[in-house]
Amino acid sequence: MISLTNAAFGYGSVPIIRNVTQELPAGSFHFLTGPSGAGKTTLLKMCYLALRPQQGKIEVFGQDVAKMTRDQVSNMRRKIGVVHQDCQFLDHLTVQENIALPLKVSGRNVDENMDNLMDLLSWVGMNHRIDAMPDQLSGGERQRLALARAVIMSPDMIVADEPTGNVDWEMAERLLTLLIELNKMGKTILLATHDLSLIRAAKGRVSAKVLRLKNGDLQLAGAEL
Amino acid sequence: MIRTLKFLFGSRASDKIVPPRGNSAWLTFSAAAAMAFIAVFALALALAVDRVADRWSLELAQTATVHIVAPVAEIDAQTEAALNALRTTPGIASAEVLGDEAQAALLAPWLGEDLPIDTLPLPELIEVTVIGDGPDVENLKLRLAAEAPGARFDDHSKWRQPLRSAANQLRLMALASLVLVAVTTAIIVTLAANASLAASALIIKTLRLIGATDGYIARAFVRRITFRTLAGAIVGAALAMLVMFPYPALQGSGEVLTTLSFVDWHWALPVLVPVLAAITAFIATQIAARRHLRRAA
Repeated sequence: MISLTNAAFGYGSVPIIRNVTQELPAGSFHFLTGPSGAGKTTLLKMCYLALRPQQGKIEVFGQDVAKMTRDQVSNMRRKIGVVHQDCQFLDHLTVQENIALPLKVSGRNVDENMDNLMDLLSWVGMNHRIDAMPDQLSGGERQRLALARAVIMSPDMIVADEPTGNVDWEMAERLLTLLIELNKMGKTILLATHDLSLIRAAKGRVSAKVLRLKNGDLQLAGAEL
Repeated sequence: MIRTLKFLFGSRASDKIVPPRGNSAWLTFSAAAAMAFIAVFALALALAVDRVADRWSLELAQTATVHIVAPVAEIDAQTEAALNALRTTPGIASAEVLGDEAQAALLAPWLGEDLPIDTLPLPELIEVTVIGDGPDVENLKLRLAAEAPGARFDDHSKWRQPLRSAANQLRLMALASLVLVAVTTAIIVTLAANASLAASALIIKTLRLIGATDGYIARAFVRRITFRTLAGAIVGAALAMLVMFPYPALQGSGEVLTTLSFVDWHWALPVLVPVLAAITAFIATQIAARRHLRRAA
């Protein structure tokens, strides 16, 4: 699914990620943890093709990221659902329109996918808020909306960057449950969090591995949960 | 061509990703309206200059003058001989001696109204009206030299040339105004597009995150800004036409200002202004959007 070989990235002369080598096989569930500033977000960005490695090699779905054109990168991103801590939406569109956005972007007919869309909204518990505007949503609702938008295209992989950072514990558990359900459907999950209690909450519910980043180095590369 | 048609008649869904309001939206609309208003006036000016230039040229081309400079005793005989020669020359419709009153009227602006014209040694003037391509001037001059040696034929060519030059310069100035309006529109639209794209940085980031290509994002902005420009230009052009409508061009007048309007089918030309404004906006925004997205990658 994703293969990193000696991947490195830095801003200016400051290295953020150093020689990371890691395999993320299809259907796997990985927690990426580490202190703030360890490089978690940068590593995730490299995985969902927002950044290209300055050294080393990253292959996503078997393709070398360095050799992809901009349009190929865009098309590849449709196979990767991304959820951020600070979920960004188009504030002038309703909940339903925001979730349907990836369908529109990829040229799919929204009306033909309306049943899927409504099922998805029910799954994340947002079916009663389809006409709400993003600024009317709570932090937890925004996270669930982001998750729904991330999976509307039925991507093969979900990358989540601190998705529980702005929500209470109950909502964090609910989001974790949704991600575990997605993993059981065969989706590959890469979840970055500095919240160890979230990782503990997953124990026994999913076969996950933990990656720990510190100062750009992968110290714990795939320890079983 | 196919891409343009696809853009014009393609899905309106992509429009919605661009926020419908904002400073740049208002800027684009109002600038397009103002530019279209000015463009319609520049167009009217260009056409008015054209009409006036044509009229001046036609009036001078249709007339000629023969003046008889001869000893007093021979004037009548030479005038009669010149008239005979002129009236039997192909290409001349009429030839009439300019009477004292007409001569006084011609001199009044310089010498005053109460001119004792009969006391002045003025040459006899014959006003000639030509038809078609006019007479063979060289042959006519030779004939006049033989039959009325004091007759001088003036086909006004030395007056027509400077008038033609002046009219051409006015035409060029009017055209330059139109070009400047188009360039200014392109600059304003480019600025508005850049402002809109910069204000939409988060939207662009979000769209990229969900797999939108640069082409998709650019099309959405280009389409929205092009239609805003079109709408503004329609309003501006319509306002300009409304302002000009109560003042139809005075057909008989030779002044530019009194003919600063449209006549006949020329009223259809301002319709082109919004279309050209939209094409200008399309090209300018396309370039601005692609450049912005490349930089923001």
